[in-house]
Amino acid sequence: MADSVAVKPRDAVTEPARGGHRSTKRSRREARAAYLFLAPWFAGLLVITIGPIVASLYLSFTDYSLLDEATWVGWDNYVRMFTQDPRFLNSLWVTTVYVVVSVPMQLAFALGLALVLDRGLRGLPFYRSVFYLPSLLGGSVAIAILWRKVFGADGLVNAVLAIFGIQGTGWVAHPDYALGTLILLHVWTFGAPMIIFLAGLRQIPSSYYEAAAVDGAGPVRQFRAITLPLLTPIIFFNLVLELIKSFQSFTQAFIVSNGSGGPADSTLFYTLYLYLQGFRDYDMGYAAAMAWVLMLIIAGLTAVNFLASKYWVFYGDTK
Amino acid sequence: MATPSRPIPFLFRPIRGGRLVKHALLIAFGLVMIYPLLWMISSSLKPEDLIFREPGLWPSQVTLENYTAGWTALKHSFGYYLWNSAVVTGLSVVANLVACSLAAYAFARLEFPLKKLWFTLMLGGIMLPYHVTIVPQYIMFSKLDLINTIWPLLMPKVLATDAFFIFLMVQFIRTLPRELDEAAEIDGAGYWRIFIRVVMPLCLPALATTAIFTFIWTWNDFLSQLLYLNNPDNFTVPVALRTFLDASSDSSWGPMFAMSIIALGPIFGFFLAGQKYLIRGISTTGLK
Repeated sequence: MADSVAVKPRDAVTEPARGGHRSTKRSRREARAAYLFLAPWFAGLLVITIGPIVASLYLSFTDYSLLDEATWVGWDNYVRMFTQDPRFLNSLWVTTVYVVVSVPMQLAFALGLALVLDRGLRGLPFYRSVFYLPSLLGGSVAIAILWRKVFGADGLVNAVLAIFGIQGTGWVAHPDYALGTLILLHVWTFGAPMIIFLAGLRQIPSSYYEAAAVDGAGPVRQFRAITLPLLTPIIFFNLVLELIKSFQSFTQAFIVSNGSGGPADSTLFYTLYLYLQGFRDYDMGYAAAMAWVLMLIIAGLTAVNFLASKYWVFYGDTK
Repeated sequence: MATPSRPIPFLFRPIRGGRLVKHALLIAFGLVMIYPLLWMISSSLKPEDLIFREPGLWPSQVTLENYTAGWTALKHSFGYYLWNSAVVTGLSVVANLVACSLAAYAFARLEFPLKKLWFTLMLGGIMLPYHVTIVPQYIMFSKLDLINTIWPLLMPKVLATDAFFIFLMVQFIRTLPRELDEAAEIDGAGYWRIFIRVVMPLCLPALATTAIFTFIWTWNDFLSQLLYLNNPDNFTVPVALRTFLDASSDSSWGPMFAMSIIALGPIFGFFLAGQKYLIRGISTTGLK
């Protein structure tokens, strides 16, 4: 809101100088130029984004295998998904557990370390780099391979445990623990939200703290009364982004389970199951239906997030 | 005004020695985080039979045989896959820079009908899950006979579908003084000249951020390369690593670690070189 108000007067200053007739001619020229600049983007919107979304909706009501013609099957794919496909329901469950456990943990680490690093600490750039690096590497196949071996039967974790005389198990091969290793991998990449938190902390005027200190507020009180409320928009932003992103996690589960979602489907992420249905079994109608359900879930989740934000996110200007 | 510019509201108040403890804890925590990476590097330099017997970092015996074995383990040498990845990544960077900056200039500086609607759609694209479009996209590229070419990977970049970067550049261009555009316009420059001569040179930091993130994301990208590159002659590094993992027994972890480190090398390099832009990029738009 504040942005558009700030920009408007400037436009108002430039426009009248040109006179009515020329300005409409000019604005037509400007619009033509704008659409030329946007031409690639419009093509992309049509061919890469909106077209496929619509096509995906159509396919979701068909049985299609890429080789044969698509045959219309009505709601069959959706009905099958929720009533006859325990693997689908399981993949939804696995993904939900992954998201619900790993995102809050990741954000808690991000916020905690941002708070520790924020206070004009010497060596901040160094620590920031060390904590940020895993975020850049975490999505790669190479790190997933490493993870598979760190948590393997004869891997690093068990070697360390052996020093303390504990006999570890093969974590990635155990149905009870495999998902846990993927959650850890996600938490490991807390560096990116941490940097967003650091930027947010820097926005808080130091005068607030000075005033609070004068009023006798201790550090805990200051955190609860100043830092936390002023940071809620950033927490909200991180939460929305991380939820959307982690619901689509694919690479790590694919590599750690070697493309199977195993052991015993314990790491069968939603997107992994979608991939297997669509591109291994070529059941593309079903995969398209899954894609639409995924989009609805993510849209719903984001909407709920925005609605709930009214109750806990604090925007300074609404005071 | 002797008060410190920023009193300490939380956690470590300046208790005597608190600072030292804090540094020690931070370093210990950082070490735990980075340890798996260091372990991978050290393991890649150990003879195969020592890797899982020594959890320590210092190899008692150093060898490069993992690197030579890994380099030639697949159909082509690993350099071949590195080159394929470099081509895909390099072209993606160029395409993203051109396409996204064109769109960003229009959104940031020009007035046109339905601008609000298009801008909202563009922002919506940031949140759209890739998987929603993946099936029809695959069908489309397969009907066009473009599977196993670079086009399915490059087309989305050429057509500016990475809305994140458009948004990043729009934000950046909005901070540039409009007087510069106006001065150029008075000198008779058209929109294209203003874009090329005035706005783009000032956008270098945003362009650098875009280039580095595009590089890292494309280099790491697995799903679309797995989908569209099925022929070993076209494999990029992530797909090659995956094949390596698939094909090898438990005995070739050394070579696999060695190649994984080579695969991570360019990202690490760009991270070191472009840290400033990366951190500024995430701080302003919340990129990953």
